[in-house]
Amino acid sequence: MKARAFDYMRPKCVQEALEAFASADGDASYIAGGQSLVPALALRLQAPGLLIDIARLDELRGLSIVDGHLRIGATTRHCEILGSNLVREHAPLLAKAAPFVAHPAIRNKGTFGGSLALADPASEFPAMALALDAIIEIASVEGSRRVGAGDFFIDLYETALQPGEIITAVHVPVATVKTRTAFDELARRRGDYAIVGAGIDAQMQGGFVERMRIAFLSVGPTPVRVSAVEAALTGRQLTPEAIRQAQDVLGTELDPAGDEHTPPKMRRHLARVLLGRLLGRLEANV
Amino acid sequence: MSGKVAISLTVNGETIEALVAPRTTLADFLRQDIQLTGTHTGCEMGVCGACLVLLDDRPVHACLMFAVQADGCAVETIEGLTHRRAIDDLQKVFHERNALQCGFCTPGMLVSAYGILASGGEPDRDGIRDALSGNYCRCTGYEAIVDAIEMTARQRRQHREEEA
Repeated sequence: MKARAFDYMRPKCVQEALEAFASADGDASYIAGGQSLVPALALRLQAPGLLIDIARLDELRGLSIVDGHLRIGATTRHCEILGSNLVREHAPLLAKAAPFVAHPAIRNKGTFGGSLALADPASEFPAMALALDAIIEIASVEGSRRVGAGDFFIDLYETALQPGEIITAVHVPVATVKTRTAFDELARRRGDYAIVGAGIDAQMQGGFVERMRIAFLSVGPTPVRVSAVEAALTGRQLTPEAIRQAQDVLGTELDPAGDEHTPPKMRRHLARVLLGRLLGRLEANV
Repeated sequence: MSGKVAISLTVNGETIEALVAPRTTLADFLRQDIQLTGTHTGCEMGVCGACLVLLDDRPVHACLMFAVQADGCAVETIEGLTHRRAIDDLQKVFHERNALQCGFCTPGMLVSAYGILASGGEPDRDGIRDALSGNYCRCTGYEAIVDAIEMTARQRRQHREEEA
């Protein structure tokens, strides 16, 4: 299938992009990496009359440290996250999740901001934004606002973004000496969508959990934080018993949907297995 | 609406000026407008990998971008890689190892392989399989394809060592 005919423009700045969208009467779409949008256009799931190409806007680019946060420009490509020393040092969880994002050719074009804006519940970066308690910076014609990841993902492919708004950057609190992270997912084949995936960002001191955030992907209409599990582990050492108890709490807290290949019970079981593995890695600090 | 847009890009080192409809994918532009039919179109939704080309020296799906987005960029297709003899060794080993049957996926496989080997390292079989996870071969020739890429990587390392 081919996309419906549309007009194309490449604005010089974010303001021009916002104004172009506002003038299009809702019949427009922003395009950055386009790795999800272009198939959606080809399948006619979307058919905007105007594409506004924001991929080359300098304001949306770059990785830098700003006020104790790693600032990830919205059009930072997945391959740049994967290859960045800054990310490895300051946001190790993202560095661990990046190899799992799609295939190399998709990573060469797809963008971090685009992944969050799409909010595919099976995607790695939206869930990791949640695990990292990232702050999402959003521009609109009215100005700029910031939304915490916890308030950003609302429902299936639905976010706090209003029509016409653009994610300009994502701010991730930088890792400290206490930071321990782990990421993994279970998929039938590498590069396929995960049956279930999870990332953990923890602060550990002397073997004790000071603070832990755990986010799952592919277990519901949005990425999911499991706060009961986090609470069950906070203040504790990651002993085999503590891990087993956390897995039991997860079994009651998660309510995953099923699909033709994976009934809910199987997905819940795999989530428990995955949680156990990740906590084991945190304990071993590998 | 939907008038044609003027673009200027280099394809295989040659500057191309063209008028394209915004809806024209880079894959269709290469195949239909400038007759570079080595870039194959399979799924046209970024799954099969038959349309991979190099955009500013990195493999991307030519079906997942519009030609207008390539304005000002450098595109290299399987024809370009072949012509400048960047993958002579890969092509030779693909041939010797029978790493193709019908050949439909081969241009995409070679572009992926170029990307895998461009880093200069010697990836293991798992790494090669991982990097090829976006390339479909419906003749199920993966084993031979992985063999061929592994062998090329080894040959290149030996070549570097001999030169050093």
